[in-house]
Amino acid sequence: MPPEQHLSFAATFAPALLDPARTAPAIVTGPNGKAAGKRYAVYRNNVTVSLIEALAAIYPTVQRITGPDFFRAMARFHVRSNPPTSPLLFDYGHDFPDFIAQYEHAQTMPWLAGVARIERAWLDAYHACDAAPLSPARLSAIVPDQLAEIVFTPHPAMRIIRSPFAAVTIFAANRDGAPTARIDASTPEDALITRPDVEVAVGHLPPGGAVFAACLASGQPLGEAASAALEASADFDIATNIAGLIEAGAFTSLALGDVP
Amino acid sequence: MSAKHAVTSIVLAGAMSTALASLAAAGPLTKAEADAAVAAKKEKCFGVALKGQNDCAAGPGTTCQGTSTVDFQGNAWKFVQGGTCTSIELPGGKKGSLKPI
Repeated sequence: MPPEQHLSFAATFAPALLDPARTAPAIVTGPNGKAAGKRYAVYRNNVTVSLIEALAAIYPTVQRITGPDFFRAMARFHVRSNPPTSPLLFDYGHDFPDFIAQYEHAQTMPWLAGVARIERAWLDAYHACDAAPLSPARLSAIVPDQLAEIVFTPHPAMRIIRSPFAAVTIFAANRDGAPTARIDASTPEDALITRPDVEVAVGHLPPGGAVFAACLASGQPLGEAASAALEASADFDIATNIAGLIEAGAFTSLALGDVP
Repeated sequence: MSAKHAVTSIVLAGAMSTALASLAAAGPLTKAEADAAVAAKKEKCFGVALKGQNDCAAGPGTTCQGTSTVDFQGNAWKFVQGGTCTSIELPGGKKGSLKPI
């Protein structure tokens, strides 16, 4: 059918797919011209189930933590109120962590939204553009007087996720399906997600590290980023953090601040 | 920038040479040796790094999903405890319970 006719068909057919309270569109009929609600229900089922399956594929750790029954019930609420806005399913569910944070029945798991944010960042890093990480040799070429002024370009896969709970430990303990021991969720943790080559890596950021990495990723010069990190945490260690970020492949290039 | 936390170029230079020294250790080695050194150091500096399971969790879109599962809609679902959340604890003995509040 011509494109404009196709669009008008979809506009008639689609609205009731995610809303069980609406009746099936009148254009869906059986061979004798009667309304065919059961036939439409097949489409309804497939849309809802496929979107729940998409969330389960994006958030396997969250599903493992809650169990599949809880996960699917929670996911259905989200799917119904937040249908995809892009045809790319791997891009679906970016607002699911925010939904989890305010979901009534997940309030006893206040760390769950943070785990979901790490998990979503994992998939974003996985699908980010390939880029070669910054070589340490580039840093050794900078003269000491200019160090404070250098700015870094963040790697396309680099993500920072901060949590007031032990979201990184909970994520790491559940992601690979191995048996889990008791976890104290009360320690705040920050995650650095990178993909220097083909494998996504999730690591803990040390005290002040999240502020430091975020400042550098936003283009602040090294000296200012280090000051901001010290402001955030007296335990911030510049050398450890520089080495950790370079090793993790957080950046692709550097430049002197006044020479972009 | 707060003067209290201003980082002098001397401090920065010292930190950078320490950082570069720890990085240079993984320099002119074979790929396997370099990987091992990087992995060991990552653990030391940045806590335990977790590798991605790229084979089993690359996201949706590779299979024809949703054609055989039935969505039990309505109020039939229950908050069954099935996950690992009960082993995750918060102070005050509060656990991640899946029971409705």
